[in-house]
Amino acid sequence: MKIHIKNGRIIDPKNGTDAVQDLFIAAGKVLSVGRIPDAFHPNRVIDASNRVVCPGLIDLSARLREPGFEYKATLESEMQAAVAGGITSLACPPDTDPPLDEPGLVEMLKHRARSLNQARVYPLGALTQGLNGKRITEMAELHDAGCIAFSQANAPLSDTNVLMCAMQYAATFGYTVWLRPQDVHLAQGGVAHDGEVATRLGLPAIPSCAETIALSAILLLAKETGARIHLCRLSTAEGVEMVRQAKSRGLAITCDIAATHVHLSEMDLGFFDTNCNLIPPLRSLRDRDALRAGLKDGTIDALCSDHAPVDDDAKLLPFAEAESGATGLELLLPLTLKWAAETKIPLLQALDKITHTPAKILGINAGELTPGHAADVCIFDPQRHWKIEPNALKSQGKNTPFLGLEVQGRVSFTLVEGHVVYES
Amino acid sequence: MHSNPQLSKNGELQHLLTIEGLPATLLTQILDTAQSFIGVTEREVKKLPLLRGKAIFNLFFEPSTRTRTTFEIAAKRLSADVINLNISTSSQSKGETLLDTIDNLEAMHADMFIVRHAQSGAAHLIAQHVAPNVHVINAGDGRHEHPTQALLDMFTIRHYKREFANLRVAIVGDILHSRVARSQIHALTTLGVPELRVIAPKTLLPAGVENLGVHVYHDMQRGLKDVDVVMMLRLQSERMQGPLLPSAQEFFKYYGLTAEKLAAARPDAIVMHPGPMNRGVEIDSSVADGPRSVILPQVTFGIAVRMAVMSILAGN
Amino acid sequence: MSLKLPDAEQLVSALAAQIKPRLDSGTALIGIHTGGAWIAQKLQQQLGLTTPIGLLDISFYRDDFARIGLHPQVKPSNIPFDVEGRRIILVDDVLYTGRTVRAAMNELFDYGRPASIELAVLIDRGGRELPVFARYSGATLELADNQNIELKKDKEDRLSLCLNQT
Repeated sequence: MKIHIKNGRIIDPKNGTDAVQDLFIAAGKVLSVGRIPDAFHPNRVIDASNRVVCPGLIDLSARLREPGFEYKATLESEMQAAVAGGITSLACPPDTDPPLDEPGLVEMLKHRARSLNQARVYPLGALTQGLNGKRITEMAELHDAGCIAFSQANAPLSDTNVLMCAMQYAATFGYTVWLRPQDVHLAQGGVAHDGEVATRLGLPAIPSCAETIALSAILLLAKETGARIHLCRLSTAEGVEMVRQAKSRGLAITCDIAATHVHLSEMDLGFFDTNCNLIPPLRSLRDRDALRAGLKDGTIDALCSDHAPVDDDAKLLPFAEAESGATGLELLLPLTLKWAAETKIPLLQALDKITHTPAKILGINAGELTPGHAADVCIFDPQRHWKIEPNALKSQGKNTPFLGLEVQGRVSFTLVEGHVVYES
Repeated sequence: MHSNPQLSKNGELQHLLTIEGLPATLLTQILDTAQSFIGVTEREVKKLPLLRGKAIFNLFFEPSTRTRTTFEIAAKRLSADVINLNISTSSQSKGETLLDTIDNLEAMHADMFIVRHAQSGAAHLIAQHVAPNVHVINAGDGRHEHPTQALLDMFTIRHYKREFANLRVAIVGDILHSRVARSQIHALTTLGVPELRVIAPKTLLPAGVENLGVHVYHDMQRGLKDVDVVMMLRLQSERMQGPLLPSAQEFFKYYGLTAEKLAAARPDAIVMHPGPMNRGVEIDSSVADGPRSVILPQVTFGIAVRMAVMSILAGN
Repeated sequence: MSLKLPDAEQLVSALAAQIKPRLDSGTALIGIHTGGAWIAQKLQQQLGLTTPIGLLDISFYRDDFARIGLHPQVKPSNIPFDVEGRRIILVDDVLYTGRTVRAAMNELFDYGRPASIELAVLIDRGGRELPVFARYSGATLELADNQNIELKKDKEDRLSLCLNQT
């Protein structure tokens, strides 16, 4: 299968490319950018005039809800949502039911995902058995089964000794440990940022120091153990500053935030909008601005969808009883573009946060259009306006705080390994 | 972007969910209407025909005797049919969701729901869910609001002090967990009380409470100095179990209202409490039963205020 | 169309003259808020009654509550005498459909059982929808459906009538 993508604006952050050029694909790989290879006879020509052609997006956190939560979403529905959102590789957290703490479960998930022939799925193995925060998992076995890194997801890990051992053990094999910093006790029962809105609405709150106290423990242990740490879903201004300092001291850490948190704050809870029941909580405007600044200056390496489809029944409850999470796979691109437009950041730099850099964090050979690499490509219309509505989403999860919002940027084609897996 | 869900497009009250966001004119209208109901209780026939044939469901997901009873009396004085449901013991334990319960009751042609629930926002959720002709009154949701309690408190203050514009008011106790305090703060600031204080230890104050327009005090002597109205809050006994407070004795010593501490207030200051009281925890019996206490009149006024709210809602 | 409205003060005096021969010592006047209350006040003075007048705000008894809701400025009703066994004259400004009088009588009975109730109005404009009759009436006027008569009181407490078109 040979594909000729012509007249598109190729944006490839890895190679610093931003120019209208043609892209040539053969045998599942990028063959050439710009210059037509000799004797190239394409099976298909895709006209990408007025479109952006970029590497397929890499999402660092998407819950596919299998195994265990098939009533919320299935692999089929969510993989379709991923490619409809231009995502060609995604990491899925281990908080399934049962959690991804056994090689068999991981192999099954990988197998199921591969058979769908859509986006590539990279499972994160559970850091502790059953995510119970007590005993570490068979990380080496899990790695052999296909786990790309190890994570505690949102499950508590209150025992600092277990955390240190997990990091030491992971460091032994060179595995990265993904952690979302949150002190269990300070966050207990909380559902909203400890600020003006939670005070007004009378919602149990999570103070910012729940994040920073856990973060400082993680940073100190990272130094102590030499483990490679990826910090997930930062939410506070103080947290961003701590990561900035740690990086400037040369600590090997990376860090992501959810695309929702770039745009929203506690104010968006309005009158108990359960779509804004998220983990971590939406914090103050000051925190949101600090996240934006950190994203711009590189303190925060990547943006992720933090996709967590929730069924309606679990949201039609009083705020604190509602399940956390929002659909995100199909919003990652438009929310990234919205951020770029609002902060006047060039597309080349913005797309880096959802292509090349997350690929580096995962340690996978993706997120770039270098000849010889797998042809995972996203072609989108940057001008196209669309309204975020339940029936505009392929994901089985229809809940998002952005319902009703008009956004810009819609995927036209998604290619994985040189095959068109989505076209609008 | 988020419009106030309790007001219709032309500003009429559809549900009473919060005090926050209601204009002073509306609060005053409720108080004035309540004033008209006061006389009714002194007549030969204490009933009015306003809500004849209406079905009012007292929906209590959390136990309460006083609030439920005063709503029931108020509804009956307006000739409504009142159905009392204590849900904590029935369907919720069988796995039925809150909105399932509401759907079922709506199918029985409910005209009004009076809702008490342990979760903040429960009344909002119900109000967003019910048919347009059904009205919802929040009778206390989690730590959020308890609007009719604040309205009866305002009625009481107006009864004894006539005007709000020159008052110094102190709210004392567990502000953090108190829905009553939140509603009181919004009502008092909306009605133009120039100086509103809250008095509590730091463990019982929510983050950024100053943003609601109150002055924070940690000391009773200073906080009560020259106030016209002292509004005590109930301290739930379970607050004693956690790390918030060391003991009921120490709380009473530093934050309990005694005659000695009350001496700092103005000589004509009134003392209020939403009930039920913990004597010897937040208030001393000599104050609760003393000449400045208006705690029992609060209860009486509560009926007229709830009649006013119900009849205004039913007419909108 | 122009209509010559009678002088309200003269009508009050005419009403007083009608009522006077039939008064007895226990008779009490009850004015319906607000116009009826003004008239009752004046009648009480002109008739030299010692019993204070009563005041009814019939908002809580209106039969159109379900359609138009509660009036935003309800005034408390005030009956400063015992209704039980008393002869009562209800006073209102304009008698039209009769629904206000129906509501007033309902409310009155919640205070006790009067010996009798009579009705005195300044203007009877016809258009009755209920079997209500005014024993004492200042004037009878023919009005179109889109017209209504309003009683006003100026700073010197003088009453006057004005005609509104809708």
